[in-house]
Amino acid sequence: MSPSQKKWDVSKIQEWPPEKHEAGAVIPEAGNAVNYQTGGWRGERPVRDADKCTQCLFCYFYCPDTSVIVEDKKVVGFDLEHCKGCGICAAECPADAIVMCTETDFEQNGGNE
Amino acid sequence: MATRLAPKELVTRGDRLSGGHRLCAGCGASIVVRNVLKGAKDHPLVVGCATGCLEVSTTIYPYTAWKDAYIHTAFENAAATISGAEAAFQSLKKQGKVSKDCKFVAFGGDGGTYDIGIQSLSGALERGHDFVYVCYDNGAYMNTGFQRSGATPLGAWTTTTPNGKVDLGKRQNRKNLTAICAAHNIPYVAQASVHNFRDLIAKAETAFETEGPAVLVVLSPCPRGWRSDPSQSVEMARQMVQSCYWPLYEIIDGRYVINYDPKAKKIPVLDWMKAQGRFGHLFKAGGEDILQRLQENVDREWQRLQALAQLGAVETPAGA
Repeated sequence: MSPSQKKWDVSKIQEWPPEKHEAGAVIPEAGNAVNYQTGGWRGERPVRDADKCTQCLFCYFYCPDTSVIVEDKKVVGFDLEHCKGCGICAAECPADAIVMCTETDFEQNGGNE
Repeated sequence: MATRLAPKELVTRGDRLSGGHRLCAGCGASIVVRNVLKGAKDHPLVVGCATGCLEVSTTIYPYTAWKDAYIHTAFENAAATISGAEAAFQSLKKQGKVSKDCKFVAFGGDGGTYDIGIQSLSGALERGHDFVYVCYDNGAYMNTGFQRSGATPLGAWTTTTPNGKVDLGKRQNRKNLTAICAAHNIPYVAQASVHNFRDLIAKAETAFETEGPAVLVVLSPCPRGWRSDPSQSVEMARQMVQSCYWPLYEIIDGRYVINYDPKAKKIPVLDWMKAQGRFGHLFKAGGEDILQRLQENVDREWQRLQALAQLGAVETPAGA
């Protein structure tokens, strides 16, 4: 795999004159959607019990938002900047190690899972 | 036949579609893409994508979720674009201007494949380009607000097949894209589903390794259009496969192989239809006839598929 590693600063894109845009509306930075946060769509967040988790990785493969963080072949957490809270991970977890918790409950608990 | 790999191995292949795309919560399309791209291993890719949910949501300017070279095409020409890119690559290779290897893949929804893009797909398959075409089938034009497509099942509600005094959802049966592609006598056609990601990745791997055209038709749940719970997307697909509405099978050089036979565990289509609001009206008085026709269609198609697999005389694995 050799994706473009070029960085493309779009922070002031609203002020760009037409000629500053790439010809053909090319987006020169591959995978830069990662800089766009969709976590705010979420009403419920996944909470994982690491003791119950068997590391089957199903949640990782089923996540529509590439939001299950895997390190060294192990699930270590969720990317809450992008997780939309669909709850597929919790529904599919064969060990019942993931539950969905509403964001308001989460806040009322002082951010404790 | 595709061999299934362990999740621990597959996870090391990395992600070629980033988060931050704007597909709905619980969308099946990105599950399809993430897993299909794992089947490309570490080959460089050129991706084409027909207009549709996937295209508009993953490439909202100035962002793209794709980590590979990506071409946005119109609704009707994803297969034409990717076959052109492939032909250009073969020419450059012949001229000695490139030495690297590269794979080509096009994605389209059911609207962009069954309906609008079918002529360009048919042409590309017939010309024999070395590419993979993936149709993520959610059974309607979901991106524009649920209009019926050639993939919409009989009786399903969409905004253009409403249920009321005259009609109870779509009047017609859906067409069989897998069979249409197979009729092109190409080396590899497979039907897959998001719920069985190992089968899906294995099929994608076979498709990418196949020399010549390969097509994957993948069931892709749409919680908005199906009026189903987003957390149940994968479960919906599982039940639809278990009912034989969406059998998992491959056609390898014309030989049919069924990858999953539920046998005694086969469930009625009613089981999953009840959980999808697009069929809600069929459970009121007057819907029995359509429900019965749907079940009969599924049973007949499943029997036909089993007969085709018998012709291939290939062993059918139990319990995939």
